Amino acid sequence: MKFIGHLDMMRYFQKVMRRANVDIRYSEGFSPHQIMSFAAPLGVGITSRGEYVDIEVLSTDSSAKMLQQINDAMTEGVEALSYKKLPDSAEPAMAIVAAADYTLSFREGYEPSNWDDFITGLTTFIQKEQILIMKKTKKGEKETDIRPWIYQLEILPSHRIKMRVAAGSIANLKPELVLQAYFNNQNQELAKFALLIHRDEVYANCSQGDTPHFCPLEQLGEDIE
Amino acid sequence: MRKLALNDEILLSVQQPARYIGNEMNAVMKDPDRVSIRFAMCFPDVYEIGMSHLGMQILYDMFNHREDVYCERVFSPWTDLDQQMRQQHIPLFALESQDPIRDFDFLGFTIQYEMCYTNILQVLDLSGIPLHATDRKEQDPLVIGGGPCAYNPEPLAPFFDLFYIGEGETQYDALFDLYKKIRTNSGSRWDFLKAAAQIPGIYVPAFYDVTYHEDGTIASFQPNQEGIPQSITKELVVNPDDAPYIENPIVPFIKVTQDRVVLEIQRGCIRGCRFCQAGNIYRPLREHSLEYLKKYAYQMLSCTGHEEISLSSLSSSDYTHLKELVTFLIEEFHGKGVNISLPSLRIDAFSLDVMSKVQDVKKSSLTFAPEAGTQRLRDVINKGLTEEVILKGAAEAFQGGWNRVKLYFMLGLPTETKEDIEGIALLAEKVAETFYDEVPKEKRHGKVQVTASSSFFVPKPFTPFQWASMCTQEEFLQRAYVVKDKFKEMKNKKSLKYSYHDADVTILEGVLARGDRKIAAVIEEAYHKGALYDSWSEHFKNEIWMQAFETCGVDIDFYTTRERKLDELFPWDFIDAGVTKEFLKREWLNAINEKETPNCRQHCSGCGARSFGGGVCFENQN
Repeated sequence: MKFIGHLDMMRYFQKVMRRANVDIRYSEGFSPHQIMSFAAPLGVGITSRGEYVDIEVLSTDSSAKMLQQINDAMTEGVEALSYKKLPDSAEPAMAIVAAADYTLSFREGYEPSNWDDFITGLTTFIQKEQILIMKKTKKGEKETDIRPWIYQLEILPSHRIKMRVAAGSIANLKPELVLQAYFNNQNQELAKFALLIHRDEVYANCSQGDTPHFCPLEQLGEDIE
Repeated sequence: MRKLALNDEILLSVQQPARYIGNEMNAVMKDPDRVSIRFAMCFPDVYEIGMSHLGMQILYDMFNHREDVYCERVFSPWTDLDQQMRQQHIPLFALESQDPIRDFDFLGFTIQYEMCYTNILQVLDLSGIPLHATDRKEQDPLVIGGGPCAYNPEPLAPFFDLFYIGEGETQYDALFDLYKKIRTNSGSRWDFLKAAAQIPGIYVPAFYDVTYHEDGTIASFQPNQEGIPQSITKELVVNPDDAPYIENPIVPFIKVTQDRVVLEIQRGCIRGCRFCQAGNIYRPLREHSLEYLKKYAYQMLSCTGHEEISLSSLSSSDYTHLKELVTFLIEEFHGKGVNISLPSLRIDAFSLDVMSKVQDVKKSSLTFAPEAGTQRLRDVINKGLTEEVILKGAAEAFQGGWNRVKLYFMLGLPTETKEDIEGIALLAEKVAETFYDEVPKEKRHGKVQVTASSSFFVPKPFTPFQWASMCTQEEFLQRAYVVKDKFKEMKNKKSLKYSYHDADVTILEGVLARGDRKIAAVIEEAYHKGALYDSWSEHFKNEIWMQAFETCGVDIDFYTTRERKLDELFPWDFIDAGVTKEFLKREWLNAINEKETPNCRQHCSGCGARSFGGGVCFENQN
C-alpha cells in the first residue's frame, strides 16, 4: 500500500465509499464529486496506522455497522479503524492538523555501525537550540530552523526512533529531515533508501493557550450507536 | 503479507510502482499449490494500457472461475524497470503471486496491435523463456497468442507454441482439460501440442511448412504432420448471452486509460466498411439481451465502485435496444454520481438528446468519422455516411448548444485522388459554415471549432482491402501536405484545425500486418537492437527498424506498395475467419467500381459468416 500515492489513495477511497454503499453527499453540477477530505497526505513509501478522512453523509448507520461495511469493501493492506461523527461545527481535518507521530527504523543493510553511539549523538544533537537545514522551496533552497518543529524524540527498543513533529498546512516537517540534519552535522550522508518510516498518529492542537496540547484527531468525534 | 518480487529500493525508484504490486480490488488470490494449471495472462504493453483491455478481463474472470486454474496478470515493465531487471537479473513475475513467469504452465499473450510485437519478445526475454518455440524445454511455459493480430500470426510464428484463433470464451476449457490429462499421463510438450492442434481454433505453427515462389509470394502452406488440419476456423460465441461476462472487474489503484465499467453490448458489426478488420473478423453481429446488460451493469458498478459506465461496441447506434438501455442507465445511475459515456454513437436527434442529459454540452465535442473527403471515396470504402447526414447532424448539434466538432479521416485509401484529399478540408469548411448558417449571432457561444485529423491507411488481412497497395511514406506525407495547404485556403480557416499521424510507424504497421514468417527475423533483430514500446511515439526508433530490414535482407515494398494478384495465396489464408475469400474479392472489386454494399440488416451479401449459425444472419427468421 505504501507505493500508492496520495491522489490514487483518494480515488481508492472514493470507490470504497461506493462499494460500501456509504450515503455520501455529492457536490452539484455535471460531474459531481464526493464531499471528502484527507487530513494529511502520506508520502509514497511511508506506512501508517494513523490516517484520517472526513466525509459528509446524508444518512448513516451505527459506527460498528458502517465500519463493517467499509472494511468489506477494502483490499488487503487498508483498514478502517474507527468511524466517528464529528460535530457540525468541526473544521475540515486538513485545516486543523498540527502534529504527527512517526516511528523510524533503518532498512536492513543501512543500519548505523554502532547503534549506541548513534543514539547518544542524536539525542545530544536535538538538544541544540537551533537546527538549520536547507529546505527546498518553490524558489530554490532556503535555510530553515527545524528545531521548533520537533516536539518529542524518543528511542524505542529494537533500534527504533519515535518522534513527534509539526504537520499540517502551517508547518510541516518530514521526519527523515531530522535524521538527515543529524547525519549532515556528522559530515555523513543519509542514504536514499536508508529509512523505514511509519506514521503512528495525526494530531490537532486542542489548546486555547500558547502551549500546544496535541490530541489525536480520533478524539474529536463520537461513536454512533 | 505478500512478499513482493521487487524490493523497496527498486519500487521507490521507478515511475508508478503500483504497476508492479498487484493486490488491487477484485484481483484473484489463490493458493498456487492447490491448482493444476498456472496461467500468466499478458498484455504486452504498460499496465495502464493493458488493464484497460476488456478481453483480458473477461478471460481472467472466466479462467479463475475454474478451481483448478489460477490465472494471473503480467504486463510489460516500463523502460525504467526493464533496465533494472536486466542489470540485477530479476526474472519477470506475475502480479498476483509475484512468482516468476517461467514457473507457469502457460504464458498467454493478447495481441491487440502490431506495434506491440517487440514487447512480446521483451516479456519472453525478461521471463527467461527462450524466444523461439523450438528452443523451449519441457519445463518452459507454453506460449499461446490470441486477439485480432492472431488472425495473421505468421510474423510471430517462431515465437509461439500455439495460437488461439477467435473468441476466447469457447475452447479454453477444452484446452485446459487436455493439458491436465496429458500432464497426468506424463505426456510431453510435443504430445500436448499434437493433441491441442485438434481443438477447433488452435494453430500450432511448428506443424506447418511454407514454401515460396521465386518472387517471394507463398507457393504452398501445408501441415507437416499426419492428422493436422489444413485450415483453422475461428472460434466464436454463437449466443453471446450464454457466455459469462466480467463479474468482478479488477479496480486498479492508479488511473488507467479505461477507468470505468465497460459494458460490451454486442460483438461484430453490420456495416461492412471495407478498410475495417474488426468489422470483418467479428462477423456476424451478435447482440446481448437487455436483461443481460442490466444485470451486469448493476453487478459491475456495485463491485468496483467506478464512477463511470461506458458502452462498448463497434457501432453502438446499431444496437436494437439502445434506447431502452440508455434510458435505463440514465434513470438508474445518473444523479447518483455515475457518469454515462456513450462512444461510437451516430449523431442524430436521439443521441443528441441523450448526450445533452449526460454531458456538459459546453465542454464536450461531437465526433464524426466520415473517413474520406468525398462521396465517391466513401462509396469505395463502403462508409455509408453521406455529407447530407453529417451536415444535418452538425446542424442539430449546433442548435443544441455544441460548438466543437471532431472529424476523423484516413489518407492513402485505395483509388484516392487529389479531389478526395482536398475534400477533407472542404467538408470541414462546410461543417463550419453550417454553424454560421444555423445559429443566429445572438445565440452563438463563442466560435465554432472544427478539428479534423487523419491517420494513414493500413491494409489489413481479412478485409476487402487486403489486396490493396499501400502508399510510401513520402506519398503519405505529400497527401497530408495537400490537405494542410487546402485548409489554409478555406474562408473559415480560423475555426478549423488539422492534424495528421506519424507516417513512418504506419509503414512498419503495414509490413507487420500483412507480413509472413520472414518478418519474424526482422522483429527479433529490431528487438535485439533496442526497439521496444514501438506504439509509443517517444520510444519508436524508426532507424533501428530500417536497419533491421536491411540486415535481414527483407524488402519493405514487397509487403506495402506491391500490387497483389487476385489469386495470390496470402500468409493468413489457412485461417477461416468466416468471411470467405470469394466475398472479400467481390467486395474489393465493388470498391474499385465505387459500388456500395448494403449493411447486414438491409440485405445479406453472403459473406460466409452465416455458417456459424447465429447472430444478425438469423434475425427475424423464427
